[in-house]
Amino acid sequence: MNSLTRIWKKEWPLHLMLLPGLAFIVIFSYIPMTGILMAFQKYVPNKGLLGSPFIGWRNFELLMDYPDVGRIFFNTVYIAVMKIVAGLFVPITIAILLNELRREWMKRTFQTLVYLPHFLSWVLLSGILVDILSPSSGILNQLLGWFGIKPIFFLGDNNWFPYVMVISDVWKEFGFGTIVYLAALTGINPTLYEAAEIDGAGRWKQTLHVMLPGMMPIIVLMLTLNIGNVLNAGFDQIFNLYSAPVYESADIIDTFVYRMGIQQAQFGFATAVGLLKSVVSFIFISVSYVLAYRLANYRIF
Amino acid sequence: MIMKPSFGRRAFLVCNLIFLAFISFLCLMPIIHILAISFSSGSAAAAGKVALWPVEFTTAAYDNVFGKPEYVRAFGISIQRVIVGTALSMLLTIVTAYPLSKDRNTFRLRTVYAWIFVFTILFNGGLIPTYLTIKSLGLIDSLGALVFPMAINVFNVILLLNFYRNLPRELEDASRIDGAGHFATLWKIYVPLSLPALATTGLFTMVGHWNSWFDGMLYMNHPENYPLQTFLQTVIIKMDFRFLKSENVELMLQLSDRTSRAAQIFVAAFPILIVYPFLQRFFIKGIVMGSVKE
Repeated sequence: MNSLTRIWKKEWPLHLMLLPGLAFIVIFSYIPMTGILMAFQKYVPNKGLLGSPFIGWRNFELLMDYPDVGRIFFNTVYIAVMKIVAGLFVPITIAILLNELRREWMKRTFQTLVYLPHFLSWVLLSGILVDILSPSSGILNQLLGWFGIKPIFFLGDNNWFPYVMVISDVWKEFGFGTIVYLAALTGINPTLYEAAEIDGAGRWKQTLHVMLPGMMPIIVLMLTLNIGNVLNAGFDQIFNLYSAPVYESADIIDTFVYRMGIQQAQFGFATAVGLLKSVVSFIFISVSYVLAYRLANYRIF
Repeated sequence: MIMKPSFGRRAFLVCNLIFLAFISFLCLMPIIHILAISFSSGSAAAAGKVALWPVEFTTAAYDNVFGKPEYVRAFGISIQRVIVGTALSMLLTIVTAYPLSKDRNTFRLRTVYAWIFVFTILFNGGLIPTYLTIKSLGLIDSLGALVFPMAINVFNVILLLNFYRNLPRELEDASRIDGAGHFATLWKIYVPLSLPALATTGLFTMVGHWNSWFDGMLYMNHPENYPLQTFLQTVIIKMDFRFLKSENVELMLQLSDRTSRAAQIFVAAFPILIVYPFLQRFFIKGIVMGSVKE
């Protein structure tokens, strides 16, 4: 007892410092978690969380019977996985090419230019994309017109929409990856290249046997951390670019939850769908952190 | 050993340079295109004559945009949320990271607290429960709805606590011996020494606040409370004029023509372009800081 009071006397300022931060996450993160109960209720706003009737797994059964559910899950994973793969491949390639430039200022300028779109919101970038991709007046379709290609409605055509999402996402985000991989390449010991050259390895062989292995730890890290994003297809981007005609190829879990919950006020049902996503994501993120720790010795704190 | 590069090697280097220049052009082209449209006359833009340089140069679109009280007010709300939000967020991050940076001998419950924070990265209540919580707190249509939920960013806390941990322990011991308590040590030793890390997290918080739009759409029932990005979302992208009275519809149609849309996008991107050079410099440091651990 005595030792506890002694510890308290020494440590109370530390507890006090954590108090405001804790208050904020309890109110804005933990209290909403209790709202998960809604997933098992026929939630009626007037009756609240405690007064609404429980209906067991009924909301989840409704979801399983929902005609588009398979398509929504497919779209989510399809777009997300394509983004993860392209988001790995493109920056690695560009970083290797960039590393071949000998002048430092060129590398720096390039990094500065390609990293810029990362800081603009999807609202602004969507405004820009809608303008550029417009079938009637967009500059891209004008360009294609010179080659005799008829205007393509990129954002209104189910065959195009998912790929436009992947390409524009890579366009926005590859600068970040490029900087990370270039940093890894710069850290490779130059004697490794010399040794490879003495062994008769050309540039291509050096890329395969010196550069890629040198980047491997960071590649593994980025890949494992991305596992947690398998159900994040990019709400901000898709919400700002999709429209009813492309729901078939564009509707993802997050946009579906928004339309069901906020627009149609089916709170219980939307919470159930969101919960399903949160639980699966929780498993994926936990696995990814464990893998990142095992494979790349990465710790979050 | 220095050898004259072979012909193949030189050809590769030239192609590589051209290719990379082309890639960086592709990254900037959309932004330059929008800028060119915003300074062109409405008829030239509508006819699709504008590529990367203004046609029939005019600032009419900008006069139009800044002449609209709706746009200016939304801009003001965004500035407000950036200032209030960043100040609150930095204050909380500084005091939260300090106890969590202690080892278990100095602070027994450190790991328990750390997990309470980290768990919120792994799992969340989801859109609807969060929305209903904010609503039941009576924060709808107030600045609080935009500022409070973003007040603690656990990633920033982690970044800062890793930085704190790498500061020399002797400094803290010295201030202890001089009789300083935890609060004095934090303000007089830790904060001044971690200015680079604070600048990084501060800039990222500012950009996060400036760019965020979805919270405004969820929590603001009245369009006059929209921050700029939310306002642009409804006017430029969704062209959703339902909330307007009929005499305002004409005004909104003006705001949504091609040159005005371009001008509004560019004005909203401008503050980011201003802070971007700083962001980029700090970011590289940020990666290094976040990754160095003991």
